[in-house]
Parts: sequence; structure tokens; C-alpha cells
Amino acid sequence: MSNSDSHATGSPYAPQTAAETAAMLDAVGADDLESLFDVPESVAFDGEFGIDARSERAARREVAGLLGRNADLTEFLGRGHYDHYVPSVVDDLASRSEFLTSYTQYQPEVAQGFLQALFEFQSMLVELTGLGVANCSMYDDATALGEAATLSQRVRSVSGDRILVPEHLREGKRTVLSNYADGPDLTVESYPMTDGVVDVAALSDQIGDDTAMVYAESPTVRGVIEERLGAVGDLAHDHEALFCLGSDPIALSLLERPADVGADVVVGDAASLGTGTAYGFGLGMFVTREEYLRQVPGRLVGASEDAADRRAYTLTLQTREQHIRKERATSNICTNQAWVALRTAMHAAWLGPDGLIDLAEDCVTRARDLSDRLDDIVGVQAPVHDRHHFREFLARTDQPASAIVADLAAEGFAVHAVGDHLVQVCATETTAEAEDEFVAALREVAK
Amino acid sequence: MSLRFALLSETPWDKPRPTSFTLDTEVSRVKYDQARWTDDSDDRYEPLLSEKANETVEVEDSPLPDDLTRDSLSLPDPAEPELARHYTRLSQMNYGVESGPFPLGSCTMKYNPSFTEDVAARADAAIHPDRPDSTVQGTLALCHRLQDYLGRIGGMDAVTLQPPAGAAGEFTGIQIAKAYHENNGDERTEVVIPDSAHGTNFATAAMAGYEVVELPSGDDGRVDIEALEAAVGDDTAALMLTNPNTLGLFERDIEHVADIVHDAGGLLYYDGANLNALLGRARPGDMGFDVMHYNVHKTFATPHGGGGPGAGPVGVREELAQFLPDPHVRERGGNYEHYEPDNTIGKVHGFYGNWPVLLKTFAYIARLGDEGLRDASAKAVLNANYLAEQIEYEVPFGPFHHEFVASAGEQDAADAAKRMLDYGVHPPTTKWPEIVDEALMTEPTESETKRSLDQLAAAFNAVAGDSDAELADAPSRPAAKRIDQATAARNPRLSWQALDDT
Repeated sequence: MSNSDSHATGSPYAPQTAAETAAMLDAVGADDLESLFDVPESVAFDGEFGIDARSERAARREVAGLLGRNADLTEFLGRGHYDHYVPSVVDDLASRSEFLTSYTQYQPEVAQGFLQALFEFQSMLVELTGLGVANCSMYDDATALGEAATLSQRVRSVSGDRILVPEHLREGKRTVLSNYADGPDLTVESYPMTDGVVDVAALSDQIGDDTAMVYAESPTVRGVIEERLGAVGDLAHDHEALFCLGSDPIALSLLERPADVGADVVVGDAASLGTGTAYGFGLGMFVTREEYLRQVPGRLVGASEDAADRRAYTLTLQTREQHIRKERATSNICTNQAWVALRTAMHAAWLGPDGLIDLAEDCVTRARDLSDRLDDIVGVQAPVHDRHHFREFLARTDQPASAIVADLAAEGFAVHAVGDHLVQVCATETTAEAEDEFVAALREVAK
Repeated sequence: MSLRFALLSETPWDKPRPTSFTLDTEVSRVKYDQARWTDDSDDRYEPLLSEKANETVEVEDSPLPDDLTRDSLSLPDPAEPELARHYTRLSQMNYGVESGPFPLGSCTMKYNPSFTEDVAARADAAIHPDRPDSTVQGTLALCHRLQDYLGRIGGMDAVTLQPPAGAAGEFTGIQIAKAYHENNGDERTEVVIPDSAHGTNFATAAMAGYEVVELPSGDDGRVDIEALEAAVGDDTAALMLTNPNTLGLFERDIEHVADIVHDAGGLLYYDGANLNALLGRARPGDMGFDVMHYNVHKTFATPHGGGGPGAGPVGVREELAQFLPDPHVRERGGNYEHYEPDNTIGKVHGFYGNWPVLLKTFAYIARLGDEGLRDASAKAVLNANYLAEQIEYEVPFGPFHHEFVASAGEQDAADAAKRMLDYGVHPPTTKWPEIVDEALMTEPTESETKRSLDQLAAAFNAVAGDSDAELADAPSRPAAKRIDQATAARNPRLSWQALDDT
């Protein structure tokens, strides 16, 4: 066994020496390693995978070589996945092996640190939403939305089976929701939007007593800040449906508190704090009213006392979960995104309330200022929706959107094409220094 | 210490056992005092962030109209040095794989190689998911290669990387099975699951809208063929099975099991939680499984991160590839692209799954290669067998592979586990599977040396010799003493706001 780059046979992380292996085999009364396997010959695998072992250095070089084929683009991209500056202290602290290499806290006495961090994460979401119960994570916003839909079926006051979602919704989020809706036989329907926001009158026509949940987002997938969330909540409640609101923790630092607009459930992606761009890697928030506590999916950390009468933390109400309740569990989720939640809590604490509000205000003003600049470009009108925006906005282009995207890529920039002549642009502090060049490049390609 | 010689008698399964063992007195002295931060108060340990530095900020003069904004925000506001100290202290009150042995059965808590963290942290990996395929050829190439590797390891024809965890993989696989039957115009309503299966299997089947048919285990701890034949029929959509099962036993009749399920028109689903037992020795695809998930955070050493993130790629045989989640990655003329499988079930994650975890998976598999993967399983099985040989608790079922289930006998398994915390090791999974009384489900993994296994055995045996009173008072050495679970559930306080209310 060798840790060096001159590779030895076997796993570099299986530390038994030949002498130890022999002694252990002797202790168990086995002649060799093969004899420990009780696998019938007819299904035994005697082939090769054809995967060559690499040294650590070679494995790293190989990944570097592969990823080096990704184009180096400055991304003005959002639509549910956002880049914000993550301070070094988050990487440093979250990388401590006691956090990173620990397991779900089934032995809470020896896992107080992570439990307290998750308890603090839950508390931050309670403050941001005004709702009483936050779980300690789902996979991402799409799966959290799916879980909200199934929650509606466990809430006694809700009798319907229709889930109403906004016309402007990420397609991926909708198909994830459809998969979650499939088991309990829910139907997913879109309601119309007008100039970027919920068409409340149309929603009013569409909603009925067979509606189980109404979902709205603010900011929307197009970056628009909704203006009549209270009316959406009222409509849902008038029809004994849940009102589920999608948002993110940075937006929630500034926008109306979900509790104040009647939200029953808040879902969304929280990885924009703590992780940044990671090819869609997320952190699903799930926050709801205390009255639905026993129907909540996923893990919950609660406070209790230990035998020394000191406050201590533990996973609680586990009788909701699959390892206890099996087919009657509130969800099948086991492994979640705890470590991502840890990072989010660290980043939120690093910013503090002032920093969070400042960051959220920057998301509003930066989108406004950049859309104003784009609107001055010949061949570009922005924003398409005459609304307040958060981080991102739609722009109409005289040139086909596909041509704009391709031409900008050639200049080193990425934006979304969302329609034949519609592009979407997202700007945060991480693209601040590139805005001038981006505007200049768009001016060239938009002619 | 009172040694329990009675437990050294013949085991119920056919295996020669040594007649004596020696306890290494040096290693039996290992103890672990976890850091325990307290302040002047005698009612808490490390204070909450909110108790250290909380600030309420009014929202005013914002760029938005007042009716679109909240009034105020009240959150912790620690200075960075204070923040660093807070989380460092919390980490010191937490036990990970790098702290000591972590033989949590079914969880495969093996060492997580450091270099994979550097791989996942690469700047050129931190890309947005909505970029055109032509600009992310590196990422797609890596995904394609990982799909291929996982397919070879599991004996599967096509693999999706999208499911973000094992349970999400199960859900994906069962939705694929459902789509397959529907595509055949075949309405099936039941999923059959052995009583010893992971709880996620039952919950997944229910989530997908199936009725669960629970299959009792045979006397030998394996699938009871007669019970299976009685349970399987025209309504059977799938049988979900893990192999080796949760007792660590290989389902010797797996081909017969597959025939029974396939003859009834059902599919065979493989729960990959126990794949670490079989790398390079047997493949689910060769055993007759049609769909499987891989728990990369178990088998392929990506860190569990205190409960997640993981990733649960799903492999299928050729006929089912048309149902894989959208999108899937393929190679065309030297380029890589996303495409939508013909009869896709749609998406199971908003984007492409847990990409950083998949990167670590790729790096680990590349590092080990054929020989390393094969060796990992061999040493995992050796370690489990050696550990079982050194402990005094009875192990009623065998021959086992990467894990075994001991019985705490007259002791309460949960209490025994608490006591083990005092001896510097993480305890096994307790009280499950239920087929073993007071179960101690133990999986040491290949990462432990003989010396650390001896220390682990010493911890087991010290607990075996401790009195019920000592067990009931345990633990005393971790940061917290025994935590009152009943109060936590009866009076839920799930936030610092709720603490203020009481």
C-alpha cells in the first residue's frame, strides 16, 4: 500500500497490510478473501470493468483536462440558479471534516455541533418567512415544490386535487412537480400571467373548490417581483386551498414577509447563499405553518434537554419519516442537503441582516440599472415587463434570440434565450466588473 | 468485565468459529472526551448565534415601494472572527469519519479522500446549468464517462446521473417501472418489498402511488421463495430488493427470484445501498435486476455532509433506457449533447442533480480503477468478518458480507449504543432490522485498520460487560449527556423563536 503517485494495487484507502490481511483471515478461519464471498458461481462477475486506476495526481489532471473543455464564459444567467459571492470563511469552516464527514445525527449526543447549526438554519428561515416551521432541507426548489403539493393532500382542510402553477415557470420545475403529483393523482394546471405577474382575475376564474394548492413565485422565473401576492393568498384560502410561495432567502430579506401575504408554505432554493453556481446543485427550502407540523416532509431539528439539564438538540418527530413510518411516511426523503444548509446559514450569518438587505437591494437596483443600459442599445428593448425586478429581466431583441446567444457566446458572454426574440439577463455582484464589456458586446451583436 | 462465554458457542449458520479470542488490553483503554463548550449559564452549551449577536434592522429607503417590502429583519450579525469561532466550536462538538470509527450499518461511512474536494471545488466546474451544450463539453464528457463507468460497475446498459439522493433514485426507478408498464398498456398496482428492506423502499412505492406488499423473510434471513410466489402476480409492478440484504446476506436464490418476478411481468429493482459488498464480484445486471440506484455517498466515498448531499444515479437495462429522466447525455461524433429520451418520465431534479457530488464520484472511481474497487469490497467484507469475530455479542445470521447484525441480547440496543459513545467510537445502527432482537447493525467499511477494528471490538466488548445501570446513564463523554427525546417530540421547539415563546 502506498500513498505515492507510483500506484500500488488495491484501494489506496483500504489500509490493511498484507500481514494484517493474513492475520485477519486467519482470525476468521478463511483461506483467502475470495472465500468470504457467498456468491453463487452463476452470478459471480469474473470480468473486468476496464477502468484503469490513476494516481491522485493523474486523476486530478484528467478532470482538469476534461473541464478545460468548458468554454470560459461570463454568465449573465439565472432563472432559478444564481451566483453570489461566497466568502472564504464559508469554504474554510464548512470543509472541517467534523462537519463534512459526519452522518445524519442519529446519535445526537455526539453530533451537537451540526444539530445546532441546522437548528440555527431553521430559525433563520422562520425569521425570513414569518412561518413557524422550517425543515432542515429538501434537494432543491423543484423537489420542495413537489413535496408541497403532496403536503396539500395530508392537510385535512384541503379536499381538492388540482395544483395551479404560474404560466411563467421553469419547465424543469414543472415536470418535477408532475412526477410528485403522479402518485397521489393530482393534476397540474397553469394559470395565466399578464405583463409578467399573476393575472388575478384569470386565476379567480380558474380556481375552484377542487383546487388543492395555488403556487406563485416572487421573484418570478423572469425576475419580476409580484405585486398582488395577498390577493393570490386570499383566493387560495377562499377555496380552501394551500397558498405556496416560491422565493429565495436573499429576496426574502427585502420582500414582503410570506406570512403577511397569507402563504401557507414557502419553498425555493437557498443555495444562492453559501454555494453559488454549481451546475444546478441546490438547497430546497421548505417552511410551513405550525399547524401542519406533523405533516412536514424531511428532517426537523428540535431543542430538548440532556441529563445535565442543559439545552441540547436532536432530530425530532421522526415518526413522520420513512425509517420509522415506512409507506405511511410524509415523504421518502432520507439523505438531504444538510451540508449545503450549513453553508447557507454561515453565509447568512456572515452577511447579517444589514448585509442581506443590502445584497437584496443591490439585486433590485442592479437589474434596473442594467436593463436601463440595455434599453439604450439599438435593437434591444428592456425590460419587457414594466415591473420591479430582482437580479434579472427579459429583453426583447430585433435579432433572433438564438443569434444573440450564439454571438454573445463568441464574445465570451452567456444569456438565456427564452423566446424567438426574447433573451433573459441576470446580473449580480459577481458580474459587476464585466457589465461594461457585456453592454458593449450586446451593442455589437444586437444591431 | 464479565465475558459472555455462552455467546461463543456454535453459531446458527454453518461456519467454523475459533474457540477463544484475546482482548487487547492496550486498545481497550481508548476513550474519547468530546469538546464541550459552555458559558456561565448552567442551562446550555455553546450559545446560539442569536444569543451571541442579534440585530434588528428596519427596512427603509429601499428601491422598492414600501408595500412590496418587509418592515424589518432580525438575524444574527456576528463579526467574522466571532463567526469562525462559533462554527469551529460547533465542529468540535461533532463526530465524523475522520474523528474515529463510524460503523453505522447500511450507511457505508468510509474515508472520503481529500483530493476529491479539490476536484469538486474547481472554478471551471462552477458553471450555470443553462449554458448551451457546445460551451460545456467538458462537463458533458465527464458526465458521459461517469454514466459509462457506473453502467459497467452495475452491469447496466444506461445510467442517469440526475437523482440527487438514494431515495430520489428509488423514486426515479419506480417511476421508470411505472412508465414501462403503462407503455405496455399494463396497469399494475403493487410493489413487493421484503420486511427487512430500507424504509425508503416502502415510502418510495407509496409516493409513486403503489400499494406496498410486505414480504416476510425466511428463517435464514433471506427472501422466502414460497412467500414470494404467493405475493407476486399480475398486479406486481416491481420487487424492490437489496443484495446483499440488510443482514449482509447474499440472496443465493436471486436468479430464481428474478424468474418469479419476470414471469409475472414485474420488474426487479436493486437498492444500491449495499453495493460496497460486491464491487467487482457480482453485478446487479448479471443477477437479473432491471433497474438500480447507486448510493455514491456510500459506495463511492463522497462525504455525507451531516445528512447530505448525496447522489443516486439510476441504471437500467436497454429496454428501459427510453424512460430515463430528461435530459440524458450522449456522444455524437466526438461531441457530447443532452437529449430527451423517447418516453422519458420527465425530470426528478430541477436541473441535473448534485453535480459536485458526481464530480467527487468520478474522481474516486478513477483513482481506484478495477483493482481498487475490487479491493475495497474485499477489505470491507474482511473487516466486517474480522470485527464480528472479535466481539462478544451474538451474530445470528451469516455468512455476511460488508455488514453484520449482532444482537445486544438482554441489553437494550439503543442504550448499548449510547454507552459505546463513551468508548470513542460511533455506534452501529440500532434496533433494525427487526428480525434480530436488539439489533446492532454494524458496517466497519474497508477504511479501518486491524488496530482500529481491535479498538472498535474493545468498545463493543466493554459495553457488553457493562451493567444496565451504566448503560442507562450513558453517555457521559460526548458534548451532551443523554438527550430527552420524548420532551423534544411532545413540546416541539424547532427554532430560536420557539425557545423565546416558552
